[in-house]
Amino acid sequence: MINKVGRLIPDTLPGYAEVRPYSGPFAFQPSGRMAGARLRAQNPAANKVLASLEQAIDATGLKDGMTISFHHHFRNGDFVLNRVVETIARKGIKGLTLAPSSLNDINDAILPHIESGVVTAIETSGARGKLGKTISAGKLARPAIIRSHGGRARAIECGELKIDVAFIGAPCCDKAGNINGVDGPSACGSMGYAMVDAAYADKVVAITDHLVPHPAFPISIPQTQVDFVVELDSIGDPAGIASGALRISRNPRELLIAEYAAAVIEHSGYFNEGYSLQLGSGGASLAAAQFIREKMKARNIQGSFGVGGVTAPFVDMLNEGLFSVLFDTQDFDLPSIESLKNNPRHLEMSASYYANPHSGGPIVNNLDVVILSATEVDVDFNVNVITDSNGIIMGASGGHSDTAAGAKLAIVVAPLLRGRLPMVLDRVNTIVTPGETVDVIITERGLAVNPKRTDLLDRLKDTRLPVLDIRELQDIAYKMSGKPESVETSDEVVAVIEYRDGSIIDVVRKPL
Amino acid sequence: MKSITHVAQAGTVESSDILINLAPAQPQSGIQIELATPTPKQYGAQIRELIRQTLTAHGIADAVVQATDKGALDYTIKARLITAIERACAPEGGN
Repeated sequence: MINKVGRLIPDTLPGYAEVRPYSGPFAFQPSGRMAGARLRAQNPAANKVLASLEQAIDATGLKDGMTISFHHHFRNGDFVLNRVVETIARKGIKGLTLAPSSLNDINDAILPHIESGVVTAIETSGARGKLGKTISAGKLARPAIIRSHGGRARAIECGELKIDVAFIGAPCCDKAGNINGVDGPSACGSMGYAMVDAAYADKVVAITDHLVPHPAFPISIPQTQVDFVVELDSIGDPAGIASGALRISRNPRELLIAEYAAAVIEHSGYFNEGYSLQLGSGGASLAAAQFIREKMKARNIQGSFGVGGVTAPFVDMLNEGLFSVLFDTQDFDLPSIESLKNNPRHLEMSASYYANPHSGGPIVNNLDVVILSATEVDVDFNVNVITDSNGIIMGASGGHSDTAAGAKLAIVVAPLLRGRLPMVLDRVNTIVTPGETVDVIITERGLAVNPKRTDLLDRLKDTRLPVLDIRELQDIAYKMSGKPESVETSDEVVAVIEYRDGSIIDVVRKPL
Repeated sequence: MKSITHVAQAGTVESSDILINLAPAQPQSGIQIELATPTPKQYGAQIRELIRQTLTAHGIADAVVQATDKGALDYTIKARLITAIERACAPEGGN
């Protein structure tokens, strides 16, 4: 079948009882009830702290074919996922579905356990490095399922992603399983993605290198959701978990894109007292923060809230009173972790509160403006952030489609060319975010407004911004680069791209 | 007809540049191109064609070309190749 964004979707897909084609950002109305963890009881005399990971895995009753989950807040400093999969492999358990909130380069270490059949399916936000190549080569028993952060929370809460055992890296934990992410040698800040897993998994194992006297404080994940606690020497590498305060880009191209982005926001009609903002963590996004900050000060505008993926520039704006509150699912640098720990206006939130579309309303619904990056865009404003120009998985869906759907103004920033490759194509290789939810595409050579946003076009046409038709932008790129030959794929589906509502917006086919 | 008298190179392996290495070839052996590029599927044929055309336009019929592309645009490729031709055809020690 052909879905609403013109993609050919197989009528049946492994892992899906029913394949629902994407039919618009808010077309699907869910029914039924939320899922939930199996009921359990804990005797007051019982001891949750087990001596080893091996014992904990035994205690969970993990068996062949089950689904295990992890959170990716430790990013490239994560020791937990690799260590747990390695330990499971030694027990001879096979055929597991691996369902982490995302995967990083460091997780390439589990490749041998994919080859040997310990892990045979993956459901996650994205993958990079060799793992991305392995998925793209069709090495799994069924296609990987790629979900946005909001889509993953939705899938867990409605039961489509049923987690048997959640393994939670716990930077600070007590013997009863109360967890926070702001203390300890492996502090990562927000535990936002893990919160959903802890609340819905049948069994939850907290893995910590910082066991503190009960009760741990603050409590991000409560003891009521945790079955077992294991202490290890180290659960992460602080250098890989969070960077120091990031330098603002000096790349002139990124700075120019950032200036345009800030100017678009200024003239969009949304730059008013009480507006709300989310910034991505890419170079142009971070640079835009500086320009927006100056404009907010100059015009004496105070925003209501910011959303992240939090980075130091956003923390600075919170501290200066430019935003009242920060909502935080994940922290990228040390100043952000410190801020979450110490500033009561810096609030930790779950991935569900952030972006689950099938709820009473996630915070993305209240967003005025979001700046997002892109791997490729096309003349229909569709965005790819998951595959490279050769069709290999090398990115992550993240909150891209969630925030684009929720925000009143979704701005996508990308260089017009990467090397020789034009970034405005006839058709992106893979659609993650549908063009109907994208309002402005900004490159260093000019910007294009989605034609359905005539209101925005009216506001921007009298500015000095280089507003072009998307086809004109494409022409500028093609004149420099030449038209790229398309990359041929086989018919074999290696990954399914779910839209945030669980419908299928695209599939990744194995490149030839 | 010009002919390549010795090995010469031009360019770098910086992003958006190309490193061209030109070497003499036997008469009548034609133009042999070894291309390493991050975008073989999208632009491999176009880059080879540009190299061939540029060499021919400079009167070179026989050459061994090693091109290490880092995402260069056509004008960069052409400029690097012309410089390499001038170096490869100039007397030894010149330029």
